[in-house]
Amino acid sequence: MSAKLERLSQTLRNVFGETLQSLVLDCGEVTIEVTAADYLKVARTLRDHVDLHFEQLVDISGLDFSTYGNSPWKGKRFASAAHLLSVRHNWRVRLRAFADDDAFPVLDSVCDVWPSANWNEREAFDLYGIMYVGHPDLRRILTDYGFVGHPFRKDFPVSGYVEMRYDPEQGRVVYQPVTIEPRENTPRIVREENYGDVGHG
Amino acid sequence: MAEIRNYTINFGPQHPSAHGVLRMVLELDGEVVERADPHIGLLHRGTEKLAETRTWVQSVPYMDRLDYVSMMCNEHAYCMAIERLLGVQVPERAQYIRVMFDEVTRILNHLLNIGTHGLDIGAMTMVLYTFREREDLMDVYEAVSGARMHAAYYRPGGVYRDLPDRMPKYEVNKFRNDKVVRDLNAARDGSLLDFLEDFTNRFPAYCDEYETLLTDNRIWKQRTVGIGVVSPEQALAWGFTGPMLRGSGVAWDLRKKQPYEVYDRMDFDIPIGKNGDCYDRYLCRMEEMRQSNRIIKQCIDWLRKNPGPVITDNHKVAPPSREDMKANMEELIHHFKLFTEGIHVPKGEAYAAIEHPKGEFGVYAVSDGANKPYRLKLRAPGFAHLAAMDDMARGHMIADVVAIIGTMDVVFGEIDR
Repeated sequence: MSAKLERLSQTLRNVFGETLQSLVLDCGEVTIEVTAADYLKVARTLRDHVDLHFEQLVDISGLDFSTYGNSPWKGKRFASAAHLLSVRHNWRVRLRAFADDDAFPVLDSVCDVWPSANWNEREAFDLYGIMYVGHPDLRRILTDYGFVGHPFRKDFPVSGYVEMRYDPEQGRVVYQPVTIEPRENTPRIVREENYGDVGHG
Repeated sequence: MAEIRNYTINFGPQHPSAHGVLRMVLELDGEVVERADPHIGLLHRGTEKLAETRTWVQSVPYMDRLDYVSMMCNEHAYCMAIERLLGVQVPERAQYIRVMFDEVTRILNHLLNIGTHGLDIGAMTMVLYTFREREDLMDVYEAVSGARMHAAYYRPGGVYRDLPDRMPKYEVNKFRNDKVVRDLNAARDGSLLDFLEDFTNRFPAYCDEYETLLTDNRIWKQRTVGIGVVSPEQALAWGFTGPMLRGSGVAWDLRKKQPYEVYDRMDFDIPIGKNGDCYDRYLCRMEEMRQSNRIIKQCIDWLRKNPGPVITDNHKVAPPSREDMKANMEELIHHFKLFTEGIHVPKGEAYAAIEHPKGEFGVYAVSDGANKPYRLKLRAPGFAHLAAMDDMARGHMIADVVAIIGTMDVVFGEIDR
C-alpha cells in the first residue's frame, strides 16, 4: 500500500510542482494543500490528468481552525477539504484550500468539475459560511428556513441563540432566546507531549 | 384555449413513502416531474458539532443514531478513524466480530430496504416477511450489546465485550402458550454463535421466499424496470457508492478494493447490475444478502476455533479489566483517567471509509491532540444519492418518484446528521 502512496505523491509532485503548498503523507493518506486561487485549476487537473484520474468527489468538509489546539490560531481560519477517489487507480487524496479572508471566506466552486460537490458545498456554506463562487444554487441546506448564523463555526454556541416552542396563548410557534444554561461535563484538554509517560507504565 | 400551467406540489415531510422526513418540492407538468427539489435538514441534530463537545468514546452512541437501520456499521467507521489516528492494532478476534456484525447489519439494512420499498410501490406482503427475519437479527444485537438497535458495541481498539454464551429466550405469557414458546426457543438453547449459525442455515430459504414474491412479480417489475436509470459515468460523477453504483455496473466495493479488518480473508462475490435501474439495484441487494450470509458463516467458523482478547490491551485507549483495576495501582490510574478525561488522540487527521450497506460511509476526523475531536465530518452515502434526485426523477411520472426514493435507500438520520 505504501509503495502506491509513494507513487501517488510522486505523481502529484510532478504534475503540480510549485502549485502545492504542502503535501503530507500521514495515517496512510495523502493530503495536498493549495491556495484558494489555484483550487479550481488543481481540481480540474486532478480529475482530468490521466495518471491521477480522480473521477469521484466523495465529500467536501468545511473546517474552522480558529481554536485549534486550544490556542489562538495564527493562519487563515476557514478551509474546505475535499476527499477524492479514483476508481480507476484505486487511490484517494485529500485536497485542502484555505479561504483568504476570515471575515468573508470565499472559494471557487468545484460543481462544474464534480456535480456531487453541489450539496456538499451548500452544506459547507450553511454550516461555516464559506461562499463558493460559481455555485449554481447556494442555499442553506441543513438548518431551518430563516436560520441566522453559521452553526458549526467555533464561536457559535452548541445550544444556539434561539429556541422554539408552541405558545398556547398566541396559538402559534414562537422563537425566544435560549433558556438552556451551557454546561460542560468533561473539559476539553490538550496535554503536553509525552504526558503520563513516566517510564514505568 | 385553456391556459396550461405547471403544478408545484409538496411531497412530504409527512408522506409515508418519504422514508422519514423528506420534504420534496415537485414541479409537475401533468403527471410528469419537471423538477424535484429535496429539502432536507428536518432531522438535523448537529451530530458533528455535538461530537466536538464530547470525548471520543462518548460519541460512539451518536453514531448509532445516524443511520438508524445499520447501526454497527456507523460505529465501525468512527472507531476505525480513531484507531487510524492512534495507530492502535485491533485484536484479530475483534476484527472477525466486527466483520460478522457488519454483515449482520447489512442483512438488517437490506431487509428493511426491500421490505419498505415493496410496501411503497404496492407489494404489501414483503414487509411482513422481511421484518420476521429482522427480529432474529435484532435479538442477536440484543444478546451482544443489550440493545436491539442502538448497540454502541464497537469501541476504539476493539469491541466492548466477547460474544455471549447464551441467547435471551421467550417466556410464556397470556398470548404465548408453552408449546409456542418451546418452538420459538428451539434455536436459542446454545450460544449466540449457535443461534446465528442456525439463522444462516435458514436464511437462503427465506431469500428464495422473497424472490418468489418479488423477482418475477409482474407489478414489481412494471414499477421498477427502466425506472431511475443511471449510467456508470453519471453514477461516478454524482458520487454514488454501494448498491447504487454497483447497480449501474461498476464493480466497486471497498471490502474488495480497499479491504479493511479481515475482509481480505473472506470468500465472497460482488454482484453488479447491468441496466442501472431500480430493478437491478434490487437484484444487487438480494444477492448481497446471500453473500453476507456466506461471510457470516465463515466468521462463525473462525470465531468458534479461535478464542482471544476482543479489545486492545493498550490501557491508554481501552479500560483495563475490572479485576486488574482493583488489584493494580497503575491500572486504577488508567481507569480513572479514561473515565474522567477520555482518550487523547494525537494531532492529525484521518478519513476512514467502510462499505456501509448503503454505500461508502466515511468519517473524517481532525484531532488537535485533545480528548475531544476538533472536527468530525460524517460522509453519508444517502446524502450524495439524494442530491441526484433532481436528475434521476426528471421526466418520470410522479408515482416513480416513490420508486426512486425507495431504491436510494434514504435514511434521514444519516442525511441530516
